[in-house]
Amino acid sequence: MLKDFFSKKRKYATIPREEAKQDIPEGLMKKCPQCKQIFYRKELNNQLQVCPNCDHHHQMSAWERIHMLFEENSFVEWDRDMISENPLEFPDYVEKLEKDRQKSGLNEAVVTGKGIIDQYETAFAVMDARYRMGSMGSVVGEKIARAIENAREENLPFIIFTASGGARMQEGVLSLMQMTKTSVAIERFSRAGGLMISVMTHPTTGGVSASFASLGDYNFAEPGALIGFAGRRIIEQTIREKLPDDFQTAEFLMKHGHLDKVIHRHDMKRTLSILLEIHQPGGES
Amino acid sequence: MKDQVLPFEKPVIELKSKIAELKKFTSESDIDLTSEIKKLEDRLEKLESEVYGNMQPWDRVQMARHSNRPTTLDYINEIFEDFVELHGDRLYGDDEAIVAGVAKYNGTPVTVIGHQRGKDTKENIRRNFGMPHPEGYRKALRLMKQANKFNRPIICFIDTKGAYPGKAAEERGQSEAIARNLKEMAGLTVPIICIVIGEGGSGGALALGVGDHIYMLENSTYSVISPEGAAALLWKDSNLAQRAAESMKITSYDLNELGIIDGIIPEIRGGAHRNVAEQANNIYETLQKSLQKLTSYSKDELLEQRWEKYKKIGAYTTL
Repeated sequence: MLKDFFSKKRKYATIPREEAKQDIPEGLMKKCPQCKQIFYRKELNNQLQVCPNCDHHHQMSAWERIHMLFEENSFVEWDRDMISENPLEFPDYVEKLEKDRQKSGLNEAVVTGKGIIDQYETAFAVMDARYRMGSMGSVVGEKIARAIENAREENLPFIIFTASGGARMQEGVLSLMQMTKTSVAIERFSRAGGLMISVMTHPTTGGVSASFASLGDYNFAEPGALIGFAGRRIIEQTIREKLPDDFQTAEFLMKHGHLDKVIHRHDMKRTLSILLEIHQPGGES
Repeated sequence: MKDQVLPFEKPVIELKSKIAELKKFTSESDIDLTSEIKKLEDRLEKLESEVYGNMQPWDRVQMARHSNRPTTLDYINEIFEDFVELHGDRLYGDDEAIVAGVAKYNGTPVTVIGHQRGKDTKENIRRNFGMPHPEGYRKALRLMKQANKFNRPIICFIDTKGAYPGKAAEERGQSEAIARNLKEMAGLTVPIICIVIGEGGSGGALALGVGDHIYMLENSTYSVISPEGAAALLWKDSNLAQRAAESMKITSYDLNELGIIDGIIPEIRGGAHRNVAEQANNIYETLQKSLQKLTSYSKDELLEQRWEKYKKIGAYTTL
């Protein structure tokens, strides 16, 4: 046909140049992994990373948490420069740490410090799953233990937001011993009358759930968070049966009596604030 | 029970059986092979000290898992008098993967707690292969608190692949049970002595492991994950377990070097299972020294030293 001469049929696809690809600002939009809807990142930011459609709680970075909870400029960070060594001389470990440092802008998987939530000063630790899956090596254990010690010495409450895959394999048994170190610190703090609040966020598993995450005077969790000791796959292999969908979710733990409350992120600051007020020295008269 | 032969000790066992054969032959016939036998026995002596003196991490892993390796109850029978086993967590059930009770050590009342494996399939099923559920840890904690009330030292034997990874265990709060033990043990004001006698597997071992003194039998292991698990996680290949055993630093010598344990309890040549009574005696002596030292501290001193001990574990630096 004659018109075939005029139609421009492309036989190949054009791949945009690298620069052209970057014309769209990175991460302008974000897809909700649960309901698959796409949202402006700004909108999600306004909603504290909670999906406006399905209420899915997206993971938050350590600093997003701090900004969400603390009065502006009130947060003072502790031990920011502490970094891991490579005690077992594990191949590639140092490179992986460096890569995650670049990616997350953090020196390790936990940020500790103190600041003011509403009008109440508190010691604080928040884990960031973007750094080595939030795994606990020597630095994570040491920073958390120090934060608890600081809380004890300064007579402050201690709040922790956990997000971790568990112990860090590359530091071997030294990682395991961080479970003990943090637990001994909590015992000392508790004996001195200190208040500890643990908020488990997605995911909190293995050695972290089996130590400080479970040791708050109050143990809370965010909706839908995965919380458990052993990995789902390992359990399925062990017992040779399929596990229910809600297995090891915050709601599952709540049902079995292991949590004080599952708290929606939009209510988080208010709930913490109420508890901090209730625990003010001397109490309300 | 037939003795399980580990791959690395095969030459020793073969030579041993050859000697036995020759001896039998000599006694049954007129030919005198005494001098040949003597020669072979000398060679055996040399070979044994060579083989058992150069054990690699993977050899020790296998030794720690040896089917005849003495268990907690074996040692309890040898070391203590008047052991009365006590059961149940008062909340859910009695977990036979952990045994616990009161006993006397050299006349002194103590509380003894340990993971309990089985030695055959039937007993292993009953003991769940020494892998506790939460009720096991809660039983242990209940009896530790009892020990604290009556001012008895606590002795823990650690011997588990890990806490049981099962559905029921999660439902009943495996994490919470382990975490609680870590915290509560930290606050007990009686001496706590922990001895790893076989495998010290991760959090499941640690939940009986917050001690003032921690010892390991020479061929035991203590690790954050099994060598097989580490290999699967790090290199996606569980066949690299042998390599993982080396790089994860899990032997008694490694932990001693890392400053995590207080000492290695030497094992008799060929492994603890060759002579339980003799091995128990080595443990007995270590306990004696340890108890002597720990009972001289006040309650406050114990707590302070426990904190100091764990506070310094870790490797970090600053930017």
